[in-house]
Amino acid sequence: MNSNRPKNLDLTTIELPLPAKASILHRISGFALFFAVAFMLCALGASLESEQSFNELKDVMNGGLAKFITWGILSALGYHFVAGVKHLLMDMGIGETKESGRTGAIITLIAGVVVIVLAGVWVW
Amino acid sequence: MVNSVTNFGRSGLYDWVIQRLSAVILAIYTLFLFGFVVASPDLTFAEWHGLFSQVWMKVFSLAALISICAHAWVGMWTISTDYITGSTSLRFIFQLVMAGFLFTYLVWGIDILWSV
Repeated sequence: MNSNRPKNLDLTTIELPLPAKASILHRISGFALFFAVAFMLCALGASLESEQSFNELKDVMNGGLAKFITWGILSALGYHFVAGVKHLLMDMGIGETKESGRTGAIITLIAGVVVIVLAGVWVW
Repeated sequence: MVNSVTNFGRSGLYDWVIQRLSAVILAIYTLFLFGFVVASPDLTFAEWHGLFSQVWMKVFSLAALISICAHAWVGMWTISTDYITGSTSLRFIFQLVMAGFLFTYLVWGIDILWSV
């Protein structure tokens, strides 16, 4: 590999195109979900342990902070889901050109916002 | 250069297939659980516990749990090889911590599922 090849990885000097924005958000949401699994397992464990812990969990989930965390996890999950479907479609050869890739990114971002808003409505 | 020794499937193609297969399983599981919860607004403990008592649900949940571990490993491995390129030992430590998390999730999740 030619180590003298010019490269510019200073992201502050690059305007990311839309597909790149959709992609980095996919990565960030995935990174967040990695740690969210701990919260989800906690909740799953409490929900299944006993009727008492199930009801206690329901009470906890009515708290402001718990609702915010739940919304955050659902948002990350929702966006990761939508962007993941785009990935699978692109694997099948759909939306691979520069123009359709941009369209796909716009659809992904809009669908992501819709999912995040709906998740907020559902939680609150 | 980044070592491929820690690569899950020992090749990019295997990782690609594992990531896609686990993604599909997780998508179906997510939609199913979401549908179940939405379809029962006043979900009781008996209904919820009853669902997770079914053997098919244990199979489905364990498949999802293993998929989370495989999927997250490929994702975190990719992140580590993209951003932690300066130090092999630092990247290895990061991957070790991630593997520790995922192994804990796996055992913890199995414990939850099989306590039902």
